[in-house]
Amino acid sequence: MTTVHIPFLQTGTLAVGGRLLTEEERSVQSHADRPSSLTKGHRACQGCAEALAARWVMDTAVEAAGGKLIVANATGCLEVFSTLYPESAWKPPWIHSLFANAAAVATGIAASLHAQGRDDVRVLAQGGDGGTVDIGLAAVSGMFERNDDVLYVCYDNQGYMNTGVQRSSATPATARTATTPAVGRHPGQAFGQGKSMVKIAMAHEIPYVASATPADLRDLEAKVRTAMSIRGARYLHVLVPCPLGWGSASSASIALARAAVQSGIFPVIEARAGELTDVQRIRERVDVSAYLEPQARFAHLFTPGGEDALDRWRALAEANIRRYDLLGGAS
Amino acid sequence: MREVLEGSQAVARTVARCRPGVVCAYPISPQTHIVEALAGMARTGELADCEYVNVESEFSAMSVAIGACAAGSRAYTATASQGLLYMAEAVYNAAGMGLPIVMTVANRAVGAPINIWNDHSDAMAMRDAGWLQLFAADNQEAADLHVIAFAAAEELGIPAMVCMDGFVLTHASDVVELATADQIDAFLPPYHPQQVLDIDRPTTIGTMAGPESFTETRYLQHLRFLDAADVIAAWSDRFRAAFGREAGGLIARYSPDTLDRDAQAPPASSTDLTVVAMGSVLGTLQAALAPLRAEGVPVRLVGVTSFRPFPEAALREALGGSRHVIVVDRALELGAGGALTGSVGRALAGTRSRIHSVVAGLGGRPILESSLEGAVRRALAGELGALEFLDLKTGGVPVPVEGASEVTR
Amino acid sequence: MRQVRIHGRGGQGVVTAAEMLARAGFLAGHEAQAIPSFGSERTGAPVVAYCRFADVPLRTREPVLAPDVVLVQDPTLLASEHPFAGLVPGGLVVVNTEADAVDVRAAAGAEDVDATVLTVPALRIALARLGRPKPAAAMLAAYAAASDDITLEAVKAVFRDRFPGPVGEANAHAADDAFTHIRTTVAREGADHA
Repeated sequence: MTTVHIPFLQTGTLAVGGRLLTEEERSVQSHADRPSSLTKGHRACQGCAEALAARWVMDTAVEAAGGKLIVANATGCLEVFSTLYPESAWKPPWIHSLFANAAAVATGIAASLHAQGRDDVRVLAQGGDGGTVDIGLAAVSGMFERNDDVLYVCYDNQGYMNTGVQRSSATPATARTATTPAVGRHPGQAFGQGKSMVKIAMAHEIPYVASATPADLRDLEAKVRTAMSIRGARYLHVLVPCPLGWGSASSASIALARAAVQSGIFPVIEARAGELTDVQRIRERVDVSAYLEPQARFAHLFTPGGEDALDRWRALAEANIRRYDLLGGAS
Repeated sequence: MREVLEGSQAVARTVARCRPGVVCAYPISPQTHIVEALAGMARTGELADCEYVNVESEFSAMSVAIGACAAGSRAYTATASQGLLYMAEAVYNAAGMGLPIVMTVANRAVGAPINIWNDHSDAMAMRDAGWLQLFAADNQEAADLHVIAFAAAEELGIPAMVCMDGFVLTHASDVVELATADQIDAFLPPYHPQQVLDIDRPTTIGTMAGPESFTETRYLQHLRFLDAADVIAAWSDRFRAAFGREAGGLIARYSPDTLDRDAQAPPASSTDLTVVAMGSVLGTLQAALAPLRAEGVPVRLVGVTSFRPFPEAALREALGGSRHVIVVDRALELGAGGALTGSVGRALAGTRSRIHSVVAGLGGRPILESSLEGAVRRALAGELGALEFLDLKTGGVPVPVEGASEVTR
Repeated sequence: MRQVRIHGRGGQGVVTAAEMLARAGFLAGHEAQAIPSFGSERTGAPVVAYCRFADVPLRTREPVLAPDVVLVQDPTLLASEHPFAGLVPGGLVVVNTEADAVDVRAAAGAEDVDATVLTVPALRIALARLGRPKPAAAMLAAYAAASDDITLEAVKAVFRDRFPGPVGEANAHAADDAFTHIRTTVAREGADHA
């Protein structure tokens, strides 16, 4: 019988729980002098999990780098909502160049810093799933393959939300988007398409790959901290629910991220040099419908005729549970 | 020291002596010899304190240069043809962000049909990207222009392309005298970026500009570009003073008597026929026009060194109201005419000059002295049209052998 | 001005030969220029390169159309590549072959061309000295033996400079062999003039 460590969920916030912890156990966000790298005043949607995740990632990375962090950002929601001229919500030195080139721009920054002998300054690149999995994949792969000293963070909201919710190669099967409408015999995105960026990253055998969600911010923080303790190419894939694109309540983002993990749909893992090294077990297993039903993009699954597709979703969850031993039965 | 060097080696050594902090490139003919040489120098330490990054595409080459330049390094890359077009988005981006990257373009045709040989189609496709575009007449100038390009680009905060004819210059060996490292150290100020990703003075670079500010952004970029002509001219003058030879400038003037390059050459006059060209064909023109001058034909030669900014005023003055202006054009605006001709035409609007466009050397077709001489003679005889293709095979292109493909018309 | 055209095949060092020739010409006190005519880089494909010497700066970038000298690095090109084309009257043709000038002229269909034709077993020399089919040094030395444009010492110097160490020495030996071959043959038989 395996045991599952259950963290006290309130400890990651500024609420009273954070202050009950010892100083060294508190999250970056609970510090009075937290960096607030992505500060107030930006234009993200209500309930945007990307904004939340980016703030946690960035503040942790800034702290881990001793304040010496430079950020390269791909085009996308995160860039648009944070930097509409003449305003910027970013405190660290930050550059946006293009949609597809954040990884390469970060490589250039890292190369420049190395040439200047400034190895104390760290580099982080970030983008959405479109800028990472689709249009930016070649640059990301090149950065991985050369093992450039860059932490790349993908905030995966599973589609092109900035341009009005079109399908990306991270869009899950059956999801309705503007370019995979919920009509016809197989409504929404087709089964059998899409790619796993986590597996692609692992196949490059880079020093560190991890996935996380904003449902467990302390885990996200720990992974950023681990990543920042390592040199070379590192990849962090963060699932970020998008109320606009997913058709979910803006209050539901954290719950949806949690349901994605607890249903087995989104495995939360760590890998080093291509080898899986840690898996977050499912604590309280839920059916895939707990993840799917609150999202309007999957509404057609819950009308007559949607049962087959739901079964296929359950099969996907089962496959993940088997592959990553998410219930811990194998140990 | 005068020595025989391949053009690519001359450029690579000069670039190395400009002390770039980051060199990044993706191989494409005919740029390869330049970046191979730089990669070698980065390994041997001849190119010190420099990161050489082997990227996976030209798009990433320019993107790495963007990151490196924004982080405070002198950044260099080189490309050609399809590679320049593949990085096009980043080429525009570098200019919009005011990053003074220097890039060699080993000019090559753009397909289809795929063709690895020289013309100016690639650079012309990027003429509106917001980069300085300097064209080398020979390998000496190709090497020297890089020093001027770094200096002018960094003063202006505008990136610079040094365009040199692919194969015709890159792979040809000539007698050159390279600027030494000491000379360049004395000439080229250290790179002090105008904007930089600095942890002590954090800044946001690359924000979105909406309709309320985009026009003004472009207007200011254009004003800066108008300054560029003076800055290029000033650095070229300084170069001449420091090194004792001509390089750069906005246009190249040639002596009416010797047809040698001569900054002091008088303008042409209204009775002259003046040939305007860009790049290595200027050398062939020097040779081709010599017999005409010897016969007393009033023919002059003017080179365009700076295509962007386009030196309208300097060109108008040098042409001096020439009766005939023949523009030898190595790129074609399909459906319109010669690419250089268009800019020359705009410069000469309202003058009485009669402009002839001679499109020559596309996709590596050798430009022959006799053909150029013939075009001038035909112009003098009133037989040269407004747009001609030099040495066009009027029988059409060879038809594939029977059975290779079906020819339907 | 003296103009040279070099015929060979990809992998034989034709472009290197042109560059080395320009360097040797420069060492001999001339302005010099080498122009390769490039195709895709395929081993074995016919390749042409050009070289010019002059005592005034060289301006033109035109390919050499009327060579004073033609070097043929591979005799299998004689029939297909028209090495005598454009040759100025009385020009020099040096061919890497075991055959004699009469056979060369026959193979090239140039029996009546006004030219001096010299043959040198540059491939055999290269294989003996370098162990590789790189006839450039031998060809340039043969050219030096038959003309005042460049010297044997300049040929050896540029190869030693370009390939320091044993490869440069081997090329220098190959150059000596070819130079001696031409001087001996010409002294014994006289040059072939049509």
